[in-house]
Amino acid sequence: MYIPPQIKRHVLLLIVFVVAFILLRSLLVPSSFGQYGHYRGDALGENAARIPKYSGKDSCTDCHSKIVDQQATDVHANLACETCHGPGDAHVHAAKSVKLPKVGTRDFCGLCHTQNKARNKKVVPQLIMAEHYPEKNCIDCHNPHQPWDIKK
Amino acid sequence: MGHKKVSSSRRSFFKTAAALAGATVASAALLPFNGIVYAAGTGKKDKPWYGIGIDLEKCIGCGRCANACKSENDVPHEPFYFRNWVEQYTVKNDGSVKVESPNGGIDGFKQAVPDADVFKSFFVPKMCNHCSNSPCVQVCPVGATFVSPEGVVLVDNNYCIGCRYCIQACPYGCRYIHPEHQVADKCTLCYHRITKGMSPACMEVCPTQARIYGDLHDKEGPLVNFIKTHTCQVLKPDMNTSSKLFYNALSMEVR
Amino acid sequence: MIEHFQHLYEMQSKVEGFIYPNELDLQWGVLIVLYPYITGLVAGAFILASLERVFNVKVLKPTYHIALLTALAFLLVATLPLVSHLAQPFRAYEIMITPHSTSAMAIFGFVYLWYLMVVLLLEIWFEYRQDMVKWGNEKKGFMKVIYKILTVGVTDTSPKTNLWDDKIGYFITVVGIPSAFLLHGYVGFIFGSVKANPWWSTVLMPVIFLFSAMVSGIALVLFIYMVVTKLRKKKLDMDCLDAIGKYLFYILIMDFTLEALDQVHRIYVAEESFEILQLMMAGKLYITLIVIQLIIGTMIPLLTLGFFQFYKPAEKFRKFAYFALSIMVLVGIFFMRWNVVIGGQLFSKSFYGFTAFKIGLIGGEGYLMAALWFVIPFCILAVLLWLLPPWKKHDAGAEVSA
Repeated sequence: MYIPPQIKRHVLLLIVFVVAFILLRSLLVPSSFGQYGHYRGDALGENAARIPKYSGKDSCTDCHSKIVDQQATDVHANLACETCHGPGDAHVHAAKSVKLPKVGTRDFCGLCHTQNKARNKKVVPQLIMAEHYPEKNCIDCHNPHQPWDIKK
Repeated sequence: MGHKKVSSSRRSFFKTAAALAGATVASAALLPFNGIVYAAGTGKKDKPWYGIGIDLEKCIGCGRCANACKSENDVPHEPFYFRNWVEQYTVKNDGSVKVESPNGGIDGFKQAVPDADVFKSFFVPKMCNHCSNSPCVQVCPVGATFVSPEGVVLVDNNYCIGCRYCIQACPYGCRYIHPEHQVADKCTLCYHRITKGMSPACMEVCPTQARIYGDLHDKEGPLVNFIKTHTCQVLKPDMNTSSKLFYNALSMEVR
Repeated sequence: MIEHFQHLYEMQSKVEGFIYPNELDLQWGVLIVLYPYITGLVAGAFILASLERVFNVKVLKPTYHIALLTALAFLLVATLPLVSHLAQPFRAYEIMITPHSTSAMAIFGFVYLWYLMVVLLLEIWFEYRQDMVKWGNEKKGFMKVIYKILTVGVTDTSPKTNLWDDKIGYFITVVGIPSAFLLHGYVGFIFGSVKANPWWSTVLMPVIFLFSAMVSGIALVLFIYMVVTKLRKKKLDMDCLDAIGKYLFYILIMDFTLEALDQVHRIYVAEESFEILQLMMAGKLYITLIVIQLIIGTMIPLLTLGFFQFYKPAEKFRKFAYFALSIMVLVGIFFMRWNVVIGGQLFSKSFYGFTAFKIGLIGGEGYLMAALWFVIPFCILAVLLWLLPPWKKHDAGAEVSA
């Protein structure tokens, strides 16, 4: 059967190209690719390997049990410490050198407590901040761990 | 001769057609239409299948969730990149709707409109819906974003080419390009926390426990119980994303 | 990064209504407008060339080789705006080694390679093989080597072998037509299949892209043919020009009909997204959509070319008209891509507001970069026309005498 020289040459080139492509591909595709699906299986481990920054309330109770007990008696009982104090992991591992911020400014407490029609009054007590002792900080009078224990 | 050929081929055509039709009807009877069980997919039997529940009756719009997420996950604090955020909806008496999310809600909210004009108002926290029929996973050209065996939609930071197709495909606006890593980024349901038995950071700090996550395979668990005892909806159900983020008390104005 | 944040803070002040916080910055900018534009030009130019080769429209012969080389010049550049827009351009190869079968974008690598290698390069090779053999023998030094390499060693010019050049070339063109449809149709599908975006999500999108691609490709060949002929100080073949004008007219009608259908359907059905899209068309997209794409890019060419089908004015006027119209159409189709890509990102997926698009002059996604990617193909075309001059071919009839 007569095969024109053009076809012979181009089929040869095609075979060379395909072989080169397959070889290159086997070198480049990451080894864990396709393990669980169309993605690198290693990516699961990489995503899981991050170090958590928030430690959870339980990690505070060991050292700060008095405050946690105090908090349990009043309306902020269900609040996590880190809700107000921020991520605790650094402090848990280096308690003396890393301190967490003490918050209590009007702006901060107002995040929850500023009067807003979108906030359900049954879920959180609210007030018009500007009308409530505008010269003072919230924690000047309210103990954040026992809010109804008000200093006079 | 020709006439016989035509009629026999016509006969065999009808035979085949009848057989196919019969088979279709029979198989339909054998496999009745299943309906959509909260369209959330089923995952693998031996692994958890994570979903999220958000109770809009409990959200007070304090923004601690949005704030904690940024700290936990090294998201830049500039107001352009959010793995989760809170929206404030104000429906006015004239029927118009005002929606806002200043810095994602991290700095808190001001009431948008005087009391007298407010018909109703509420907060809606948003985050990745971890769809089981995820359109963002569908369009990724290289396999850099995927649904993990536990049902969490993740991004492979070392493989993403930054084509931004997934960002276009997400109906909920959950994705962005991380300005430092230069890859697609989004809520990971704090995969690094839930695989260690901790809850996601946003749920850890929520003061009213408005956000929960749970295993949809655990029929006695908190999430399945949440769905059972509340009237839950997902965002944009017509997109058929099989979103696993179930809202209680989702109002009609929410997009 | 600070300048980028600066830019974002500025855009924040231009937001209207409410957008999801992550929607502020547009993800796909002018480079993504360019890519479909360029592949559209390629597909369109090729379809015009195939009209001559496969459907034997002899009057188009003067433009056949110019159309092929134009298609090649633009295809060589097509990948560049795409790769340069990636956030991780050095990982671009991943699309070739692990393409995700559910992603329309994943086809890109293979469709592009197929079209470049099998369709364009091979067709041009078969078309020019005998000439490359001849020039390889005639030239000296560096050029001799170039032509010899280009022939990949198939130097037999016996009539039997030459006949196969023609047969295989014909076959490749036939295969090339659906390939051109695929090359540009998949881009339309990339947009049309995004259910999250109501401006993009329509069944008609691949078809609209295809027909507007054909319009732009034909206009480009018309433009280049006129420019090249003038530069060579030759006479323009008016029959050829009139034929191109006729085909441009027909395809423009199809394109306009499809786009009109899309809009009429949207207006009639008035889905949830209708209000915000209407606001966008009347507001942010008014100039680029109504003025540039519709009036300048479609209506004026349609009416003028339509008029020419009934009454042909003097040759001089027609030449000027074809030249001006080709530019108008080219600009119009560019803005059609602009309106699709940019328009689709201007409104929030919450349908509650708009963001703004600001394009800078310099920088990876600026005007200058876009202009560069558009100018380079013309430079490549100049090189190709010098390397493979259609008018010096052994069978050059129409081009030489013109």
